[in-house]
Amino acid sequence: MYQIDGTDLPRAAHPFVVFASILRANGFAVSPDQTMAWIEGIGLLGPGNVADIRRSGIALLAIPHDRQQEFNDLFDAWFLGVSMPAALEGEEEDTEAHEPEGVETEIPEEPEEDEAGEDATELERLGQRALIETGDDALARLARLGPARLPKRRSRRRQIARNGDQIDLRRTLRAAARNDGEIIQLAQRKRRMRQRRLVVLIDVSGSMRDRTEASLTLAHTLVQIAERVEVFTLGTRLTRITPALRPRRLDQALARAGALIADIDGGTRIGDALTAFLDVPRYAGHARGSALAVLSDGLERGTPDALILSAARLARLTWRFDWLTPLPIGAEPQTEGLRAIRPWLTSLTDAADTARTVDHLLTMAHAWRRAA
Amino acid sequence: MPVTATIAGIRSPADLQAALQGAQYLADDGLATAAYLALALGKPLLLEGAPGVGKTEAAKALGAVLTRQVTRLQCFEGIDQSAALYEWNYPRQMLAIRQAGEQFVNVYGDDYLLARPLLQALQAPETTLLLIDEIDRADPEFEAFLLEFLSDFTISIPETGTVRAPRPPVVVLTSNRTRDLHEALRRRCVYHWIDYPDPLLEARIVMARASSVAQATADAVVASVGLMRQEPLTKPPGVAETIEWAEAATLLNAQGSTWPAAFRRAIGVALKDQDDLTYLAPRLDAFLPGEAA
Repeated sequence: MYQIDGTDLPRAAHPFVVFASILRANGFAVSPDQTMAWIEGIGLLGPGNVADIRRSGIALLAIPHDRQQEFNDLFDAWFLGVSMPAALEGEEEDTEAHEPEGVETEIPEEPEEDEAGEDATELERLGQRALIETGDDALARLARLGPARLPKRRSRRRQIARNGDQIDLRRTLRAAARNDGEIIQLAQRKRRMRQRRLVVLIDVSGSMRDRTEASLTLAHTLVQIAERVEVFTLGTRLTRITPALRPRRLDQALARAGALIADIDGGTRIGDALTAFLDVPRYAGHARGSALAVLSDGLERGTPDALILSAARLARLTWRFDWLTPLPIGAEPQTEGLRAIRPWLTSLTDAADTARTVDHLLTMAHAWRRAA
Repeated sequence: MPVTATIAGIRSPADLQAALQGAQYLADDGLATAAYLALALGKPLLLEGAPGVGKTEAAKALGAVLTRQVTRLQCFEGIDQSAALYEWNYPRQMLAIRQAGEQFVNVYGDDYLLARPLLQALQAPETTLLLIDEIDRADPEFEAFLLEFLSDFTISIPETGTVRAPRPPVVVLTSNRTRDLHEALRRRCVYHWIDYPDPLLEARIVMARASSVAQATADAVVASVGLMRQEPLTKPPGVAETIEWAEAATLLNAQGSTWPAAFRRAIGVALKDQDDLTYLAPRLDAFLPGEAA
């Protein structure tokens, strides 16, 4: 089944080489030099016990912590002949956070990203025309104005500038050395501006059914134009769909995203989904200092306790925390959950259609400055 | 056979474990194996784990065992070459140029070079343990640069040439896993996930680290921290918090506070998040160690 090259490999090493290819077949990224290092390591540890072989495998093949169980099962199956627990492939996890892997297999993306020059501009034009053809001028406006209008922050990295806030000693000295040590002009640097990270959480529950597709389309446009954006869907579970929205073509992206979202048009447990978002450090890390927008009506089954707790945490973590609801707001928000979390929100915005959502996205950088 | 000179006297993971214990660090079997393999194969050691499980401490203990000086590079967003590699001493260069007048002066000599941690490690690979702390805080650009550094162990300085280490220095990287590291970086390293220690080991760690604490107090604190880690807290107490809590409660007890009260008053050392405190407050007594005198 697996072709092993290099017949001068010691016989004893064969099981490990084959096991490495089994790991690869199960989606672990194992490079040949890692395999060699592992075999070397086992040699170093001497003819010890299986525990040593397992531990050195985890260490030298760099098995991530959250996949160690999977590794152990494969290890047992191969080296100890223990039968595999059923349904290792695509097993359903209990955790709320859901990040499916290997979804690329379903719809092959057309190789359009690496094309440069004229081809790329051609595609750009096609992309824009497609948007206009769907009749959605708002998205075209977002694509046109977004790069300039989305909120920015100052990076820690500096770039050369005519009038900066720091003297670029290196360039100044080099210029001075050319002029016999005479400083004629001070070269300067300033902090670069980067687009602030956007996090979009889209409610895909039954009560938001009318808006789901429009929201996903909007998120797709955002992923196309923004430098840093993360998109998740909320329902009975939390799903990260940013990678699925990368294809430039909308129909491909939506098909991929649709395949990921298992809980579309289902029930709502926003509070729990937000808690799940905060409990995965990698996800919560996205929210830090970001402009976070939740697209939801805030209709929650049961008590809003979890919703309130996680809203408070999000408010402290993010740069601004907006709730975009399709329901009319009026003097008081309609749902109990929204009334409870109102104090934590930077704004509670009416987003009954895409145009108003786009308005919010394009003005939030400015609105914040005015408020501050 | 690979480099073994770096670990004189240490021939197996068990030897290393014993040596680390001598340096007041109690490592479990997994960590000892990973660290031993990293040293023996001359690869960097990547330690991941929740905050406060003793990743940085492990690196320092390793430095003590190998009698190497620990050179620490603390990562942060926007860390760049002038903070990690080297920087020229510009004011001094400028002075030298001025003073030289008509004479020739080389302002790119070693006198004018400020070595930062990565360069320091390359200049003295035999006596340095390079600790790259909290690599997950650095941005991907720096991670990519580090990738190159960790495979070649060379630094090229345009003005003078390339600095190359005759043999790779001992490198330990730590990460809190606030984001996923690049697969390529992980691949170059020996990897170990440091988990919370089991209660017996943790009690021994408390005793080893905090000499003032009584055995009964240590056991009680460890049991109580174990319960807290089961709860959905924002910041579950790490080993560092366990040690501090035991120490703080012992101190308060010595000043006349009775036992459960001493733990309660020192709770701020163990739980450092207002939400966590409010969450546990109604049931706090169930989590506090009981009599521990």
